[in-house]
Amino acid sequence: MDILQELEDRRATARLGGGEKRIAAQHARGKLTARERIELLLDDGSFEEFDMFVAHRCTDFGMQDSRPPGDGVVTGWGTVNGRMVYVFSQDFTVFGGSLSETHAQKICKIMDMAMQNGAPVIGLNDSGGARIQEGVASLAGYAEVFQRNIMASGVVPQISVIMGPCAGGAVYSPAMTDFIFMVRDSSYMFVTGPDVVKTVTNEVVTAEELGGAATHTRKSSVADAAFENDVEALTEVRRLIDFLPVNNRTKPPVRPFFDDPNRTEPSLDTLIPDNPNQPYDMKELIGKLADEGDFYELQADFAKNILTGFIRLEGSTVGVVANQPLVLAGCLDIDSSRKAARFVRFCDAFEIPILTLVDVPGFLPGTSQEYGGVIKHGAKLLFAYGEATVPKVTVITRKAYGGAYDVMASKHLRGDFNYAWPTAQIAVMGAKGATEILYRSELGDPEKIAQRTKDYEDRFANPFVAAEKGFIDEVIQPHSTRKRVCRAFASLRGKSLTNPWKKHDNIPL
Amino acid sequence: MFKKILIANRGEIACRVIKTARRMGIATVAIYSDADRNALHVRMADEAIHIGPSPANQSYIVIDKVMQAVRDSGAEAVHPGYGFLSENRRFAEALEAEGVAFIGPPAGAIEAMGDKITSKKLAKEAGVSTVPGHMGLIADADEAAKIASEIGYPVMIKASAGGGGKGMRIAWNDEEAREGFQASKNEAASSFGDDRIFIEKFVTQPRHIEIQVLADSHGNTLWLNERECSIQRRNQKVIEEAPSPFLDAATRKAMGEQSCALARAVNYASAGTVEFIVDGDRNFYFLEMNTRLQVEHPVTELITGIDLVEQMIRVAAGEKLSLTQEDIGINGWAIESRLYAEDPYRNFLPSIGRLSRYRPPQEFATPEAVVRNDTGVYEGGEISMYYDPMIAKLCTWAPDRAAAIDGMRVALDTFEVEGIGHNLPFLSAVMDHPRFVSGDISTAFIDEEYPDGFQGATLAPELLSRVAAAASAMYFVTEVRRARISGRMDNHERHVGADWVVALDGQEMPVTVHADKAGSNVTFADGRTIRVESDWRPGQSLARLQVDGTPLVMKVGKQPNGFRLRLRGADLKVRVLSPRRAELSRLMPEKLPPDTSRMLICPMPGLVVSLAVAEGDEVQEGQALCTVEAMKMENTLRAERRGVVKKINATAGQSLAVDEVIMEFE
Repeated sequence: MDILQELEDRRATARLGGGEKRIAAQHARGKLTARERIELLLDDGSFEEFDMFVAHRCTDFGMQDSRPPGDGVVTGWGTVNGRMVYVFSQDFTVFGGSLSETHAQKICKIMDMAMQNGAPVIGLNDSGGARIQEGVASLAGYAEVFQRNIMASGVVPQISVIMGPCAGGAVYSPAMTDFIFMVRDSSYMFVTGPDVVKTVTNEVVTAEELGGAATHTRKSSVADAAFENDVEALTEVRRLIDFLPVNNRTKPPVRPFFDDPNRTEPSLDTLIPDNPNQPYDMKELIGKLADEGDFYELQADFAKNILTGFIRLEGSTVGVVANQPLVLAGCLDIDSSRKAARFVRFCDAFEIPILTLVDVPGFLPGTSQEYGGVIKHGAKLLFAYGEATVPKVTVITRKAYGGAYDVMASKHLRGDFNYAWPTAQIAVMGAKGATEILYRSELGDPEKIAQRTKDYEDRFANPFVAAEKGFIDEVIQPHSTRKRVCRAFASLRGKSLTNPWKKHDNIPL
Repeated sequence: MFKKILIANRGEIACRVIKTARRMGIATVAIYSDADRNALHVRMADEAIHIGPSPANQSYIVIDKVMQAVRDSGAEAVHPGYGFLSENRRFAEALEAEGVAFIGPPAGAIEAMGDKITSKKLAKEAGVSTVPGHMGLIADADEAAKIASEIGYPVMIKASAGGGGKGMRIAWNDEEAREGFQASKNEAASSFGDDRIFIEKFVTQPRHIEIQVLADSHGNTLWLNERECSIQRRNQKVIEEAPSPFLDAATRKAMGEQSCALARAVNYASAGTVEFIVDGDRNFYFLEMNTRLQVEHPVTELITGIDLVEQMIRVAAGEKLSLTQEDIGINGWAIESRLYAEDPYRNFLPSIGRLSRYRPPQEFATPEAVVRNDTGVYEGGEISMYYDPMIAKLCTWAPDRAAAIDGMRVALDTFEVEGIGHNLPFLSAVMDHPRFVSGDISTAFIDEEYPDGFQGATLAPELLSRVAAAASAMYFVTEVRRARISGRMDNHERHVGADWVVALDGQEMPVTVHADKAGSNVTFADGRTIRVESDWRPGQSLARLQVDGTPLVMKVGKQPNGFRLRLRGADLKVRVLSPRRAELSRLMPEKLPPDTSRMLICPMPGLVVSLAVAEGDEVQEGQALCTVEAMKMENTLRAERRGVVKKINATAGQSLAVDEVIMEFE
């Protein structure tokens, strides 16, 4: 009887974390507690906790007098729509969520189990940083987590949700996970905070400006998306998990669907404007291809000239990479190449087929691009596509010019199905640029040049030259794109392709 | 009968004419500008001829170009539609000169009715009731008072040269007439340098009611009842109906007969419309005669069963009307809603762009109900800045007015339009407005009922409960589907609970959802149970439900933890939460939208014509900052308050999207 009472008492204490006062303070900041967050993340009643009674072992600086059970992090597993995930949720009400040796050990334990049992790891971060009283033991703890992040990368999906501070060395665990989400106005991430920045560089900057959700979704691209509050963020994480396989040995999930794979969309026949220089919104095509128009976009506010995210076709997850003609004419540049390359590699690592929608006028020219190393960054996307062994279907809607044509999942990079719309133009460059190089001597004669330009257009401003060479498997009608793409992926369900053995490749990082 | 006709118009009216011509076995020729290369009327016609650049004044209204198209096509007749060249005497004459029939009235009638003063004079001579007034010079205030009392109060005292409300007074008695005369005279002298004043009857509670006439060239003239077009915004008709809820048989007959008298007086032969202003005592006064097919003609067709375009074509071919006045009756009630590409939430500013989704309600005609949609656009088409922003006319018919309104409510809720701003929510709101429902309307309806513009409709509590029930039933289905994803842990699946909290419109309603094969029973905290049945499946953008046996149609959009639901003029963000999620959601902070008061935001997609200020300039409230052109309209954007221009982000000639920041203030 006593022992059962003690269990109840200990549990009650553990569940209270840093106590009611701190919980109220957490709520006052617009933030939920570690346990409330887990409740929202997981299916009702599915959470199984580990290490509820673990306490730190530090005896310095009077720490021995305060040993709250759980040590500032709640860990365990549960389900999201019935599929298993592991989760850790840092408790800001206990020592500011700071990471101690034991706190790290709790995280490592569930990461090890996730690896062993093949399930995603979701980290809900809300921590002031290292437990300074523990010194190097805390740093060691971080490194233990880092090492596991690295080993888990490409084995099980890892998702980080930043729901409070995440500063210093702590940022490098989320940094190595697959997706980082942030909560607007209540989360920030940086390596060094505003005070240090001021001391060292004399820059005056707020925490929000330095590492808030806006900064990381728009400028740094550290975060993949930002959400309005804790509830919305956790809802959207659940939505993301529904797209992802639980590990790299299982296929992506399939969900019952109510959208006809043979649905035709006549309006796509007029998506491409008559004027080749007029932009259009590639998201409309994605929406009309996808089951139920559902597109889970990632990095929506960064490098908007390329779109990345997940859709479903016939209920199965497909990763989409698409040039966005609305922004910078949809060109490739440093940022868009990096953004898309990382996404392609995620899809490849987790057996998610890739759909590529191409309307690309080439790489962005300029000193800032060249000085910034567009050669190596562009090569990342090329490399990622070329090494990917998952099913790859490509649709060229309009421009596919120059090296960018090669990069965007072309036939030559082991594309399985390479379709083109009748409006496709596959060429080394636009007609005007081409004639100016080919007929330099006639530049003084506008009439002649106009004729040459027209000749070039007639020859290359269509998909047929590429189709004659077999670089395009078929020219398809825009209105039947969903049907064709669905059938293409359906035919690739048994695809088996392996790359030669190597320790690992040497992608131009 | 003609073998081939050309339609000198575009958009819905061109499509409308083509439909009738096709039914009559007549070949059709469309004309089109650059912007209309892929337009619906071009697709529908048997032939299409390109007649020039996009602006109408370089294409559709250039008589020479249209005449060339007539010659090239060999058309025997031309239907002008409305607008463009439909009331252009020179065009009618040009056709006559080449022996091509004009599907409209004789040139003489166009000319006679084309001038406001002449037409009013002719109307008076023909015995048509005109607004009583005194056009001559008025010597002094006493004479003004005498004239005013003869006309009968209230009167309007107006400067001859007036405009914009300047030099205008309304008087209800002699004293006010004297004062008003003097004040108007002074104002007119200083504002216009012309102090001539005239007085006319001021029409209170004015309604716009018009009579459809139809005449042939053999001396037969019919009136086809009236249309009430009082729901207008800035003189632009928005909703029309036939018959009028206001007229009695005697007034109707008097208006009809006077209209025919006027038509006969000008040897009218075709369809035409005589517009009247009608006051609260059913006194009616002539406004003008439109010598063309009217936009709102379908409501007349729906209550009379007469195809006006067919009649126009027959009359133009010289046929005699086969109908007599006795054949014309009023069968049921018809309402027309004009769908405009104008954003009601942005003060009805024009909106252009690609129609990414355009799904009008299914047209049908049964003895109980009719839905008709006259449209000139299609999904994937482009709304350009060059022409009228009206893109469709949605009509419903039913045996009585209440049923016609009901039909319109459902039809509007079923109409899916995405990609551009449009007035569907506003139209829905009017259909639910008690004043409209009761028929107590006037031309001031919109100004009086929506003085601060339109912010979306508020749904009645009963309707909100039905929406809440529908949303929770739909969300339950969505969650059950989610729980059926592959890869679940066997025997440890997610159980989707029955208890939910629906959060909408600032309130929370706890409900219990019990689903069965055919639908769901949704029980509220007070014990009331609402039955929801539907074939809706997750992901579908339109939900047609039966809620307690009555239809409810909603547009369904995506939104975390719920749906965006649009119906009956309301745009609702609905969340359906588990009780625990609802509890925790209450802890979330209210976030205010970003402060845009220090920015000038582009209210519509358009082209920057010019910038009136530079960085560092101090601007006063109301000062012009920038001109943006959209839909052939130059819109001047003004400062909302005093300030200093900090930064200008746009340049002249630049195309802007909605909500782009044009400039920032300090």
